[in-house]
Amino acid sequence: MTEIPGTIAGATIEGPAGPARGYWSNVLRRLRRDRVAVVCIVILALILLAAIFAPLVAPGDPFRTSMLRRLRPIGTPGFPLGTDELGRDMLTRLVFGGRLSLFTGIVPVINAFVIGTFLGVFAGFSGGRTNMAIMRTIDVFYAFPSVLLAIAISGALGAGIFNSIVSLTIVFVPPIARVAESVTTQVRNLDFVDAARASGAGAFTIIRVHILGNVLGPVFVYATGLVSVSMILASGLSFLGLGTKPPEAEWGLMLNTLRTAIYAQPVVAALPGAMIFTVSICFNLFSDGLRSAMDVKL
Amino acid sequence: MLQYFLKRVLYAIPIALGVSLVCFALVHVAPGDPLASVLPPDASLEMQQLMRTIYGFDRPLPVQFALWLWRAFVGDLGVSIATGRPVAGEVWHAFGNTFMLAALAAAFGFLVGGLLGLLAGYYRGGWIDRTASTLSIAGISVPHYWLGMVMAIVFSVQLNWLPATGAGPGGSAAWSWDWEHVRFLILPALTMSAIPLGIVARSMRALVGDILSQEFVEALRAKGLSERGIFAHILKNAAPTALAVMGLQLGYLLGGSILIETVFAWPGTGFLLGNAILQRDLPLLQGTILVLAMFFVILNLLVDVAQTWLDPRIKRA
Repeated sequence: MTEIPGTIAGATIEGPAGPARGYWSNVLRRLRRDRVAVVCIVILALILLAAIFAPLVAPGDPFRTSMLRRLRPIGTPGFPLGTDELGRDMLTRLVFGGRLSLFTGIVPVINAFVIGTFLGVFAGFSGGRTNMAIMRTIDVFYAFPSVLLAIAISGALGAGIFNSIVSLTIVFVPPIARVAESVTTQVRNLDFVDAARASGAGAFTIIRVHILGNVLGPVFVYATGLVSVSMILASGLSFLGLGTKPPEAEWGLMLNTLRTAIYAQPVVAALPGAMIFTVSICFNLFSDGLRSAMDVKL
Repeated sequence: MLQYFLKRVLYAIPIALGVSLVCFALVHVAPGDPLASVLPPDASLEMQQLMRTIYGFDRPLPVQFALWLWRAFVGDLGVSIATGRPVAGEVWHAFGNTFMLAALAAAFGFLVGGLLGLLAGYYRGGWIDRTASTLSIAGISVPHYWLGMVMAIVFSVQLNWLPATGAGPGGSAAWSWDWEHVRFLILPALTMSAIPLGIVARSMRALVGDILSQEFVEALRAKGLSERGIFAHILKNAAPTALAVMGLQLGYLLGGSILIETVFAWPGTGFLLGNAILQRDLPLLQGTILVLAMFFVILNLLVDVAQTWLDPRIKRA
C-alpha cells in the first residue's frame, strides 16, 4: 500500500529518540537542510519584498518616459539596467513589474487550490453519480492543452487582468480537483474513517478532520508546482496582448514591447524574460524540495 | 482488444461533445452580442436581421448548438470576419505548418530528452544525471517565448546564422524542403523542443529508476545477463509509459504553439489565433480552437489505445 502523507504519516522517528517531533517540524527541518530549496526561497522572498515595497525600493518613476534617452545600455549612469523603448528606467520597471506578474501568476493558483480542493473532496467523498458528474465535467476541461484553454477563454473574454485571472483559474481547477479527488477516494475507504463514522462523527467532521488533513498536503505540494506554469502563462497572455494593458509595468508585456529592440539593445530586451525565468525555476525547485521534504508521491 | 478499443472510443464521444460545447460557449461568453462577432460594426439594420436569421441567433441556444455542431461536423466552421474567407480552409492550411514545426520539435526533443533521461536514470548520481536534471528543470521552467527571443538574439542578431521570422521566400504558400526554407524552421523548432525535452528527460529518469529498483533486474543480473541485455529490458519496460508521455507532449506542442509562432511569425495555427485575438475575429478563434482541441482528444485516444496494445496489463475495466 502506498503511504498517504499528511496526518497519518505522523512523526517519523529517526535515530535515537530525542523529544518526539511533529510532522510539520520534521518537514521544516528537512526543508532547511535542502540547500537548493533554501536558496530558492531566499530569492523568491527578495523578489516578492521588492515588488511589495516597490515605491521604496525602486530608484525612479516607472511611467516617466523620455524621447531623449531611449534604449540606453546596461550600466548607463543613473540607469543601472538601461532604459526601455520609451526611455523609462528598466530597473524601476522590473521592480514594479514584479507586482502584477507575481499577482497574476499566483492568484489563479490560489483560486484553483480552493475551488479545486472543494470540488475534488466533494466528488471523492460523495462518490457515485455526483462523483461521475463532477469528474466527467472536469475531464472535458482537461481535454484541452492548458495554453490553448487559457488563450481560448482569455481571447473570448477580451484583454484585462481580471479576465486573465479568471481564465487561468479555469485552467488550473481540473488538475487540482483530480489530485484532491484521487486522494479523497483513497482515504475515504481507510479504517480510521469507518472508525470515526462508527463513533458518531458526521460527514462534515470527517471531511474537516480526516479527509482534509490528508488531502491538503499533497494538493498543496502539487499547487506549488503549478505556480511556475501559471507565471509563464500569465506573462504569456500579457505578451500576446491579452493580460495587462500598457503602460502598466508587467514582465510579459515589457517583453512584448521590447521585442523590436532586440537589434538595438538585446540584453536589455531580454531582461523581463530573465525575471520570469528566475521566479519560475525557483518555484519549481522549491516545489521539488517541498515534495521530498513532505514525502509526497503524486 | 477490439472491445477495449470500442469502449475507449465510446468514452471519447462525450468528451468530444463537451469540448465542442466549450468552444461553442466561447462566442457566447464573449462580451456583447454574438452577432457583433460576425458583422462589421457599421452593418445596416436589415443586414443585422438577415445575418441573425442566417446564423440562427434568433433560435433557442440548444438548437443553435446542434446546428453549429452539424455544420462543424461537415466542415463548415463559418467565415472569418477579417479576411472573409472560410475558417476551415484557413485552419487547415495553418495546421499543416504547425504540424511540421511541432513534429520537428517533438522529434528533436523526444530523442535528446529520452536519451538523456535513460542515461540519467541508469547512471544515477553521475555527471550525466546532474546535467540531465539541470536541463530538464530549466526546460520546464523557461518561458518559451522568452527563449525564442534569446535564440533570435543569439543566432540571428549576433551571429547572423539563421533568420528570425517568417517561413522563407514566397511565404507559407511556397514551402519546399530545401535549405532556403528549412533554415526558417530551425530556430522555432529548437525553441519549441525545450519543454518536451525537459519533461521527457524527467519522466524517463524517474521511469528508469523505478524499473531498476524492481526485483526482476536483480534476477537478470544474477543469471549473468550482460548490462546491454539489461538495458534492453529497461527499454522494453519503459516504452509504454514513455509513449504516453510523448503523445501527450506532441498534443501540447500542437495546441500550445501560439506564443512561439508569435515570436517567430511562423504562419501556423498559433499565428492564426494571435491574429484572431488582435482583430477580435471570434469565428476564426472558435474554429481554430475547436480543431486543435479535437485533434488533442483524438491524439489522447490513440495514445491510450497504443499504450494498451503495447502493454495489455494496463487494460482497465
